[in-house]
Amino acid sequence: MSVKSKIFSAMKQIAEEQKVTLPPLEDDLSLHETGFDSLAFAILVARLEDELSIDPFTVAEDAAFPSTLGEFVRAYENVPA
Amino acid sequence: MSPPDIIALRQYLGEGPKDRSISDARHSVSLTGIIQRSCLTGRSCDLSGRSVLLATSGQLLSALAMIELDGVARRVLLCPPDLDWDRLQVLLEQAEIDTIVTDRPLHDAGKYIRIGIDLPERRDEGWKVDRATEWLMLTSGTSGLPKIVRHSLDGLAGAIIAEGPARYRNATWATFYDIRRYGGLQIFLRALIGGGSMVLSEPGEAIAAYVARLRAGGVTHVSGTPSHWRKLLMSGAAANFSPRYVRLSGEIADQAVLDGLARAFPQASIGHAYASTEAGVGFSVDDGREGFPAHLIGRNRDGVEMKVVDGSLRIRSLRTARAYVGAEAPPLADAEGYVDTGDMVELRGERYHFVGRRGGIINIGGLKVHPEEVEAVINRHASVQMSRARSRRSPITGAIVVADVILADGTDRERHETIRAEILSQCKDYLAVWKVPAMIRFVELLDVTAAGKLARSDA
Repeated sequence: MSVKSKIFSAMKQIAEEQKVTLPPLEDDLSLHETGFDSLAFAILVARLEDELSIDPFTVAEDAAFPSTLGEFVRAYENVPA
Repeated sequence: MSPPDIIALRQYLGEGPKDRSISDARHSVSLTGIIQRSCLTGRSCDLSGRSVLLATSGQLLSALAMIELDGVARRVLLCPPDLDWDRLQVLLEQAEIDTIVTDRPLHDAGKYIRIGIDLPERRDEGWKVDRATEWLMLTSGTSGLPKIVRHSLDGLAGAIIAEGPARYRNATWATFYDIRRYGGLQIFLRALIGGGSMVLSEPGEAIAAYVARLRAGGVTHVSGTPSHWRKLLMSGAAANFSPRYVRLSGEIADQAVLDGLARAFPQASIGHAYASTEAGVGFSVDDGREGFPAHLIGRNRDGVEMKVVDGSLRIRSLRTARAYVGAEAPPLADAEGYVDTGDMVELRGERYHFVGRRGGIINIGGLKVHPEEVEAVINRHASVQMSRARSRRSPITGAIVVADVILADGTDRERHETIRAEILSQCKDYLAVWKVPAMIRFVELLDVTAAGKLARSDA
């Protein structure tokens, strides 16, 4: 499974747990429009760290938090595991 | 210095049945038989008025020395078994110790007088009981150097005297605590003052082995922390053991552990008590429910006063410690004499519930949660034996809550995902959304500290 599909699958799981209705997941979807609040993102980042052994937002000191879903996925794809 | 009404521990030896004893796995000592006996060896000085460190490898010798030194020494510092010599040095200075009573070899006692200790086979020196010995204990804080807390025997025994010590005359006591810590010392004093007997644990003894000795020794009254009791329930050692009196203290007794004990010991009176090294014994709750009735706030008939300020429980009574000891020791109580316990409580209906320690709060993007309140909900699941909620760092919210859970023995691996979903849904029903664990990990073991409390490395 690609990094992208792992991320999407984790997001769907969290959306279900948090009773959030996700819009169709597209690269240019802004993170705000996903319906996830900061807690949901915190859970997502922690679960992805366990699954992928990467936390791109803690590793890089100057990590800017992405604003779109595509940027979010690329943050994971660009970090060597 | 010598009020005429000082009652020292040795004066309680003659109370109760003639066959009273205190024992560990290797020795049993008759409590009535040690009147006028001494356990101290190689003595070169009178111990009257001395400041003594009591550091023995096992609990039995400490128990015997406490009886012998109370009313004689100026002060006795009880050294718990897990304290290393290097850290002890600083504490000896703070406590102005001049004499060390120990069964261990001391290569370099330095300026201290060393006195050996063994079973009480010699005649005692007939020391006069002429003072109220100060009892010094160490706090069980997990980080840094422990603080030294000063008690008087009156204060330590306050709750025992208030209940009427003769109530437990035929009891044989045991505790999962070490008697050199507050919770264990309470049980030792209950046995001694109340005219009962006691069975002590051995260093490092497995819980099943200890319980087997409790059964063999006819133990009727047992105390420990909720973590001790969960461990016992998990070990399977509870079968064929039927104590009459089961007490929990030292940590929050949640409904799950109270119910678990009620099922395991249907004949027993099961209750939980609130006590701490600093605040002494506050109260006990015997209705089998978690938390405590709101009417205990205020002044109760035993002279214990409690109030809640900024969410934390404050206690004022003659049972609290007198002071912290040491040159730069902070005050133990506020100007009005209240000790801030640091235990946070919440009023729900007619009852206060403990929610956690003030220092243990997890901050999730500004929203607060106590790990203990999450654990209390997780522990309600029938397949859960024990759990620990903890903080996990997050680049988004600073922290999130995650939980480690021990499942009941023999839980089918296939059911893990179902159980995880059930625990989560239970948490969602009872907790605010940020308090629900983001992840639940099933583990085989959770660390328990030397003081019998669930280890909280992030607290």
